[in-house]
Amino acid sequence: MLTLPLHAIAHGRAGDKGDTSNISIIAYRPEAWPHLLEQVTEERVLDAMRHLGASAAKRYALPNLHALNFVVENALQGGVNGSLGLDRHGKTLSFLLLGDITVTVPRDAIPDGSPYLKATP
Amino acid sequence: MTVHIGCGAGFMGDRFDAALPILASMANRDGPRYLMYEVLAERTLAVAQQIRRGNPDAGYSPYLDHYIRPSLAEAKRLGVRIVSNLGAANPVGAAKCVREIADELGVKNLKVAAVTGDDLTAAMTPQEIAATPTMEGIGFEGRPIIAANVYLGARGIAAALATGADVVLVGRTTDSALALGPLIHEYGWAADDWDRLAAGTICGHLLECGGQVSGTYFADPGFKNVPDLARAGFPIAEVEADGSMTITKPEGTGGLVSRATVTEQLLYEMHDPAAYLVADCTSDITRVTLADDGSDRIRISGVRGHPAPPTLKATVCVDNGWMAEAEMTYAGPNALARAELAADVVRQRLGIIGLNEPARIDITGTGAVLDGGDTDRRRARALSTDGEYRLRVASMASDRNSAQAVADEVQSLYCSGPAAGGGYRFHVTPQIATASILIARERIEPHVKVIEC
Repeated sequence: MLTLPLHAIAHGRAGDKGDTSNISIIAYRPEAWPHLLEQVTEERVLDAMRHLGASAAKRYALPNLHALNFVVENALQGGVNGSLGLDRHGKTLSFLLLGDITVTVPRDAIPDGSPYLKATP
Repeated sequence: MTVHIGCGAGFMGDRFDAALPILASMANRDGPRYLMYEVLAERTLAVAQQIRRGNPDAGYSPYLDHYIRPSLAEAKRLGVRIVSNLGAANPVGAAKCVREIADELGVKNLKVAAVTGDDLTAAMTPQEIAATPTMEGIGFEGRPIIAANVYLGARGIAAALATGADVVLVGRTTDSALALGPLIHEYGWAADDWDRLAAGTICGHLLECGGQVSGTYFADPGFKNVPDLARAGFPIAEVEADGSMTITKPEGTGGLVSRATVTEQLLYEMHDPAAYLVADCTSDITRVTLADDGSDRIRISGVRGHPAPPTLKATVCVDNGWMAEAEMTYAGPNALARAELAADVVRQRLGIIGLNEPARIDITGTGAVLDGGDTDRRRARALSTDGEYRLRVASMASDRNSAQAVADEVQSLYCSGPAAGGGYRFHVTPQIATASILIARERIEPHVKVIEC
């Protein structure tokens, strides 16, 4: 088993509605899906975003798509209605989750040719 | 029969030439063919409304000419019908502008239709609007309403297409209605045919951000590679009568249509995937299946529909003062220490000159975005003090002069701050805040106006 950033097994995109961020987390390979489901929980997503002010995270699972959809409240420091931050839409936040959440997965959960495999002997 | 719908823009500042490869592809396709442009964000409409107040002929998208002029003659020649929310705050004005462009290009027998009825201030008084409870966004008690617009559904667009219009211009509708309207027109889907209306809505949802479903806003080199991103093809949906569809892109373009690109866009700005609400229906994508159907072709089926929500959503825009943003870069040995000293100087200076509006001071490159300005997290990362760091100061003020004064303090770092600050830039911009309210359906009636030339 390898412990790596979520970025090694999943990709995603962030969108905004008011002060709410929604972030998809999508497995590259079907082999990664059970690990996403087990390890990428509402609690861990909220922990990764609490420093931004996030107050609640709701997870929706889409097994047919091997995807999770997170809806995170108060994550955008006011969002486009009033944030003083640089990224008012929170467009960059998908990569916050992909970088700050780690997962422990078998090698076959990682796409062939992934730079993470090259870095791991 | 298959209906072909291309999308030439996913927001107002998108690539102006993206529709041209779509039209080239449409030349080789049979059946009803459409080109949509989605250009209208929530605040965009408020700005357009302010412009219209100053000039009743204006208020449509300032980018109308950028998008329509390159494509209009070819679209008319091929019989590809254009559907867009370039109408913004003045769809009828936009239609007149398209007619003028047609005259200049020598395009004959062009019928342009405008759909109106989304302007809530025509149906309700400001007092009534202000008294409606807000469901998301800010409260707007006491602040003047700049614009209030209802998200119309697809029926008005379908009605406009039924007049034979070559170009249909709308203001605020649900973005996905730009695709659902043509599908209702072509297939005659009934107002309670929920599964098909939902499929058409999801088709529009996949298309409405332009290239975001066909390889743009996706690339992560080494992990998600996208061929020839600078020439990425914008999407075309091929939609069958049962609502199943294939997403593809024009031949010979860059970009990528894959399960991954489609999945990212499918979930983009969606909350509950079992209940995606728009004016025409409720969509459920929890049982959607994606299938590879050849190179850059993904087939989507299994969208399910449920009845439309009982109310329509409206966005109310109010004045929210001014925002100042100002930046200065420090580079080379000890750059981070000099940027931090500059931050401290600006914070003190704002106090000294009596500016007490909330201000945020970041150093870009240290976690200003993902750390949300949390300096403890920055320290935990043990950043190099050498390098290139950019001070960024942002503040909101109720008046323009106070906002400008914040930017001026950053500018003064040139002579009066730490050593070797360079690259000062600033923006002082008016702010518009929004709130969402729910409106009874019977208060809203779309109208179609046809202009011929």
